[in-house]
Amino acid sequence: MLRLFKKIISTGVVTERCKVSKEEELEKLGIQIKRHIDKQFSGSIAIRQVDAGSCNGCELEIHALNNPYYDIERFGIHFVASPRHADVLLVTGPVSRHMQTALLRTYEATPNPKWVVAVGDCAACGGEFGVSYASCGAVSNVIPVDVVITGCPPTPLTLMAGLLGLMKDK
Amino acid sequence: MSSANWPVEFLNRLITEAISVEHISLPSIMLWQIESHHWQQFAELAKQQNLRWVAGWAEHIEDRFLINTCFESQGIYVLLRTIVDVAKPELPSQASVYPAANRSERHTQDMFGIHFTGHPDQRRWTRHQAWAKHSHPLRRDFPVQGEPEAITPPDRDYPFVKAHGAGVYEIPVGPVHAGIIEPGHFRFLAVGELILNLEERLGYVHKGIEKIAEGRTPESLARLAGRISGDTTVGHCWAACMAMEQAAGIEITRRAALLRGILAERERIANHLGDMGAICNDVAFIFAHMQFSRLRELWLRTNAKVFGHRLLMDKIVPGGVLGDLSAASCTLIQKDIVQLRKELSGILPAIDLNSSLEDRLYTAGYLSPDIAAAYGTVGYVGLASGQDRDVRRDAPYPPYDQARFKVALENQGDIASRFWVRYKEINAALKLIEQFIKQLAAGDILTEWQTPSAGSEALGIVEGWRGEITAYVRFAADNKIARFYPRDPSILNWPALEKLTLDNIVPDFPVCNKSLNGSYSGNDL
Repeated sequence: MLRLFKKIISTGVVTERCKVSKEEELEKLGIQIKRHIDKQFSGSIAIRQVDAGSCNGCELEIHALNNPYYDIERFGIHFVASPRHADVLLVTGPVSRHMQTALLRTYEATPNPKWVVAVGDCAACGGEFGVSYASCGAVSNVIPVDVVITGCPPTPLTLMAGLLGLMKDK
Repeated sequence: MSSANWPVEFLNRLITEAISVEHISLPSIMLWQIESHHWQQFAELAKQQNLRWVAGWAEHIEDRFLINTCFESQGIYVLLRTIVDVAKPELPSQASVYPAANRSERHTQDMFGIHFTGHPDQRRWTRHQAWAKHSHPLRRDFPVQGEPEAITPPDRDYPFVKAHGAGVYEIPVGPVHAGIIEPGHFRFLAVGELILNLEERLGYVHKGIEKIAEGRTPESLARLAGRISGDTTVGHCWAACMAMEQAAGIEITRRAALLRGILAERERIANHLGDMGAICNDVAFIFAHMQFSRLRELWLRTNAKVFGHRLLMDKIVPGGVLGDLSAASCTLIQKDIVQLRKELSGILPAIDLNSSLEDRLYTAGYLSPDIAAAYGTVGYVGLASGQDRDVRRDAPYPPYDQARFKVALENQGDIASRFWVRYKEINAALKLIEQFIKQLAAGDILTEWQTPSAGSEALGIVEGWRGEITAYVRFAADNKIARFYPRDPSILNWPALEKLTLDNIVPDFPVCNKSLNGSYSGNDL
């Protein structure tokens, strides 16, 4: 147990460090997001992530938003387990035809007002997979999309900037 | 059979059984062609000789189907092929002999309409409702756009295994899961909290990768291969490029091989760091989750700095690699390794001594060596259950032919074993990166591409972070791909999850699943 506490104390709070420019950028961006969230959503937004056919690359970077460096929850953005609890659907992948109904149902299950963010090149335009017998291509081919965040996959910073775009538009 | 000369002895055995074999020479692999009615009998003999079933796929050429199976023993791979007529697409199943072939044959049945007689499970696998029962996407006359309905209906009537009796109930989970993970369906049969049976229903992220690979250029195929499974972008890209390079008869430079090795080991470490944290997170041990995700982030930032991409996508290209490594970058990588070792040596003892973690990880999710062997599990799943295999050591390809490392092996078969195998693999990978950097000598990193002759084919085999990856490539004329079949390690490991969760409680399923961490996208293609 002592080793554990020792490691926690010696690690410190990595989130707060703003020495390199990247972190400063992140901090600035985060604060803007927070302001918009405060105004539009009374301080917090709940995101339901839906993989509608992704290669899992985007999921890895969305996961990173929760690591101690980005710690996106401090800005009031948190990921929830059910679309019924969500304000925003974060959808990745070209929508595979086998996931089409599941995505539509998830969209229907999300209460209004709701926003859809398409994450990654595949979600934006079909990417490497396009439209085929197995793929519907872009997310906007299946459900209405409010914001698109491109990248293959988008980095955590790009994701944060994209979410900010959503807040500004609304 | 203990001799490394097993193919010769095995061929003699086939002769005594009156199975005629036609030898076809392929770059770096033996190809044996047999009559289709011997297909199952061959599997029985192969099983007796302890050959491991590696992969199975088919191909449609004019009025014939080529059906392939790959076997391995002691690092020697053999490709088995038979030909059936499109008018009568039928041959005996190997799945009754090799359970590992079960889903693969069902995939071939769905995609080509080839019937495997005597298959123990006649249900569809990859096909849900996106195309009709009697049309088959990988036949040449099936258009890549298909004839999809405006909205593909859900796959409602899949006949799951049923249980009857007082107190038995079903829990359907997915395809949309509660976390930030890929989609798939799990059907539990449970009594109280105890899992009586688990059935996986995958195929939700089927994107038609095999079909859209057709007609691509080598560069374009490499990009697609890098997106079969986002966490294995280096592994799949390497396997596909290796196959294409063999088919084209070109050899990559030593420097390119070493750089590929560094990329692959960096991918292995990043994923193991993420997984170790996630396993701890699934038993609510947040300390480890935060520490490992911090280390993973630092690791990915170095990837971005040195290679220009956090997940290392599109760095491997046909003929070599894109982007060389400067001396300064090498120094940065070496410093990183020292730092990571220091961090891990602080975190691991703190984890090891934690009794709550021990309670949850030891004995849970037990996979016996027998079942692991029967399903031919690979990578850390196999290694944690005593399956001592690693392509990098058993069938070494450059740069591993001149590397020294120890294959991590455990035999407890539980979640803790799969956790510690990952840790051992990280240590081995760190040493490998150090060796590769030391061996780096000045040289080219890209070999000029040569258009392969039409019909040339090859099999690329590498050890991805999840285990052995195989990629089959056949070229058509004009440098275009005629057939591409990548076999992700998950295809061999997923069935093991159904077995290792038995007799565990439902709330332990997430950590059981994470300890195996199969790729949905790599499985569904």
